[in-house]
Amino acid sequence: MRKKVIFRGIGLPLLLLAPQLAVTIVFFLWPAGAAIWQSVLQEDPWGLSSQFVGLRNFQEVLADPAWRTAAWNTLIFSVSVAGSAMSVALFLAVQADKSIRGANVYKTLLIWPYAVAPAVAAVLWLFLFHPSIGLIGRALNAAGILWDYKLNGAQAMLLVIIAAAWKQVSYNFIFFLAGLQSIPKSVLEAAAIDGARPTRRFWTVVFPLLSPTTFFLLVVNLVYAFFDTFGVIHALTGGGPGKATETLIYKVYVEGVQNTNLGSSAAQSVILMVFVIALTAVQFRFIERKVHY
Amino acid sequence: MSVALEEATPAARLQDDARLAAATRRRQQRERWMTHLWLLLGVLIFAFPIWITLVGSTHDTATIGRGDVPLLPGSHGLENYTAAFQTGGSGRYRSSPAGLMLWNSAVMAMCIAVGKIAISLLSAYAVVFFSFPGRMLAFWTIFITLMLPVEVRIIPTYQVIVALDLFNSFAGLTIPLIASATATLLFRQFFLTIPDEYVEAAKIDGAGPLRFFRDILLPLSVTNIAALFVILFIYGWNQYLWPLLIVNDRSMETIVVGLAKMIGSGDTQNEWNVIMATAVLALLPPVLVVLVMQRWFVKGLTETEK
Amino acid sequence: MKRRHLTTSALAAALASRLPRPAAAQGGSGPLEIQFWHGLPKPLGTQLEEIVAAFNESQPRYRVVPSFRGSYSETMVAAIAAFRANAAPHVVQMYEVGTGTMMAAGRAVKPAYELLAESGVKIDFNDYLPPVRGYYESSDGRQMSMPFNSSTAVLFWNKDHFRKAGLDPEKPPTTWQEMEATARKLKAAGIANPMTTAWPAWVQVEQMSAIHDVPLATLGNGFGGLGAELRVSNPLMVRHMDNLIAWQRDGLFKYAGRDNAGDALFPNGDCSMIMASSGIRARITREARFQWGTGMLPYYSDVPGAPRNSIIGGASFWALNRGPQGGRTPEDWKGVAEFYRYISQPEVDAKWHMETGYVPVRRAGYAIAKKQGYYEKNPGAEVPIEQLLRGGETTENTRGIRLGGYVEIRNIMQEEMEKAFQGQQNGKQALDAMVQRANQVLRNFQRQHQGR
Repeated sequence: MRKKVIFRGIGLPLLLLAPQLAVTIVFFLWPAGAAIWQSVLQEDPWGLSSQFVGLRNFQEVLADPAWRTAAWNTLIFSVSVAGSAMSVALFLAVQADKSIRGANVYKTLLIWPYAVAPAVAAVLWLFLFHPSIGLIGRALNAAGILWDYKLNGAQAMLLVIIAAAWKQVSYNFIFFLAGLQSIPKSVLEAAAIDGARPTRRFWTVVFPLLSPTTFFLLVVNLVYAFFDTFGVIHALTGGGPGKATETLIYKVYVEGVQNTNLGSSAAQSVILMVFVIALTAVQFRFIERKVHY
Repeated sequence: MSVALEEATPAARLQDDARLAAATRRRQQRERWMTHLWLLLGVLIFAFPIWITLVGSTHDTATIGRGDVPLLPGSHGLENYTAAFQTGGSGRYRSSPAGLMLWNSAVMAMCIAVGKIAISLLSAYAVVFFSFPGRMLAFWTIFITLMLPVEVRIIPTYQVIVALDLFNSFAGLTIPLIASATATLLFRQFFLTIPDEYVEAAKIDGAGPLRFFRDILLPLSVTNIAALFVILFIYGWNQYLWPLLIVNDRSMETIVVGLAKMIGSGDTQNEWNVIMATAVLALLPPVLVVLVMQRWFVKGLTETEK
Repeated sequence: MKRRHLTTSALAAALASRLPRPAAAQGGSGPLEIQFWHGLPKPLGTQLEEIVAAFNESQPRYRVVPSFRGSYSETMVAAIAAFRANAAPHVVQMYEVGTGTMMAAGRAVKPAYELLAESGVKIDFNDYLPPVRGYYESSDGRQMSMPFNSSTAVLFWNKDHFRKAGLDPEKPPTTWQEMEATARKLKAAGIANPMTTAWPAWVQVEQMSAIHDVPLATLGNGFGGLGAELRVSNPLMVRHMDNLIAWQRDGLFKYAGRDNAGDALFPNGDCSMIMASSGIRARITREARFQWGTGMLPYYSDVPGAPRNSIIGGASFWALNRGPQGGRTPEDWKGVAEFYRYISQPEVDAKWHMETGYVPVRRAGYAIAKKQGYYEKNPGAEVPIEQLLRGGETTENTRGIRLGGYVEIRNIMQEEMEKAFQGQQNGKQALDAMVQRANQVLRNFQRQHQGR
């Protein structure tokens, strides 16, 4: 879909584009290029010597058991966060879609967690699960379950999953609700007349119609879990205990900022870049029907 | 069901109908109660952490430190919030005052939101309403940024910031986050739906491209701008990794990062009540923005991603 | 379009500042500025900056400009990034764990002895406490960085708890055997957590190796070169690690977390005994509501040669070149040398020690504090100094640690300890894992720095 060309000239449009292009080139393309370049170098942190080593950084990263642990953690973390956030949101959206009194109030009350920063959400849940001052943390310890997420890796993972998913439910809720509300009433009525029970109606008629939304949300949730949850992990567990909650993005940070191991960090960044590009491509190919060039 | 209806007499059919209607009404009422129940449960679960934090922020340190988790508000709210806002807590290891951090966050979020909207409006306008060599190249360059979230380029971008001497500066904090493609794409989609008649009318009137932009396009875009503002303000306010990396001058700390840093690892005896007050302060502005502008926000979200 | 102007002009300003910075003021046009980055938050940072201000006032030619750059690790990252961008500060405060990285930095660093000699400034490093001096020396005894704030690890104990358990409150345990017995008595008296530690790797691995004169790594704990390998999986450490695991299981020892997370558990009365940095003395004085004492770290009395001196923690000052192409003038180095001379004065050292809780780095500073009666007014403040002076001169194993990538290695140690405390492995397995993972880091570091 192209606009019929209206204004001619080259000076003005380039001027209009200049700010965004400038920022894009300086802060996106230049660093991305630098990351790719650094990933094939072996450098000392001071920049005094560098040696071209080809793909060796990548080989080492992929063979590193710590990287594999981080990849595994990331997988568990993202699937859990996406899965739980989406199912809870879908359930609540279905309930909110029914015409009951106060539906709008419920909607408002369920939307606002979206505004909470992931790091702040983490802190809120920390208040609940802290072994000595948290309501749930103390209750668990009192009930005999040794709860200390600073020491127990599985408990730490559980906590970050809860904190991250909590926030994401509202986002999914908004989209599921919009999706449900865009299903024509005629389709629902036809299904009702056919006599199927409500639950079956949902799974055989409604859910398939929601599939574009579901798929879109799956991609978004995965990207969120991969990247935006850095704050949750940094604020709650710092990747510990013992690397139990270190995700791939957290590892890039540790490698680059704490260990100043630039080649390895750059290689890991490039791997993540490839992953994001793939996900974004998928998202646009299957969802963005309307984007024509 | 249908079999029974076919075989009954008219009178019996009426009775059946009545019974069915009653049963259906009862079922619907039950379903309504269940729906309310589930939604209520959902709302409570989501509000619970906030409630505890809010309540905790109104008690004194000793209560929380002891481990008594209160479920009802206490009486120290005013002093805790004042302490958090003005001084960041007492004690020799206190952090920045929340008032300062809130200001930093607000400035950063506003700059990012306003900056992004401004830049994207201009770029989308250029890409849609003009024809010039390099148009597609420009478009793709912008589009690529969608695939490069800040997290995959943190170290090199950090190096760029140091090279440009933008460390510990608002410019360094905001500019790198300003140029992502989502807003541009949204405006582009919207501009594509503007009927050609508008532009032709403008041309007939002798209006140049800039006047067209200012007098016709901008007013039409107001709803989209409002929707985007909410989303981008929240995005800017909630930034974590970037401010963490770029700023270590405590007077420039944003509240989201400052809050996480308050939870020291034993550096100081945590003043939990002040920390909780700070947490509430940290999430209040974006939540308020969402609640107040909810309609635009929902519309903007669902249309941005289409 | 106000917004566009704002953005564009901000960007233009940013790009413009890439131009080379104006040369530092010479001679008569105002004092020469010396950029100094440090990693001490308030209130220590304020006290450091007071010393800097006093130096500036004491002479007109140089002006040191201090700037707090975050934690030690943040400061290190910032300094490295600045160096790459040709904008490094003249002096940066680097923690002891980063010494290996700094030593291997080659051209980036201007060794202290070099800049002092070139500027004609003499500092008597022989007067410095041997472990302090030794940590920051090259292997042939030349001073690479300027020691400033040093601490060591000591034992603090809760006298009230001791009384409660029927123990003599004035007699702390001195050996590990006594520690265990004391802990059991405390536990029997109802104390939930008798022992804990802060800085698990520094105290339980590094300090323990040093005071028992056992090597932590080959090549003199890394002083001898980049080819060093970690050697912590030895009989002493296996024994100690197994002890800690067993005590943790029996509730005698509480693992409180990494780095200084354990600090909080002593002043609030949670734990009866803590092994922590001597620097938290000020905090305990402020927060503890009980009587407490300072003692030396416990050791195994059946190990020959034990106990020797402990090693230091803290930080020192490193002089950096501006960037990979150098970029400093002899005048710059003279300014740094004068700054070093100022802070090496015994009076400055003694004042810093008495106000902050760090140990005095010079014997002369120690003497001044003694003369002022500081140790009568503050019983126990001498213990860390005595522990550092114990055993006379340092040996290869008690000089300090000089390993690259040591930040990462400390985290590795803490991670493996955590796994052991969770019951996933025993002492030997934990130590073997530490050795294996740390050696990878060391080999990487070696590879990175060999091309020069």
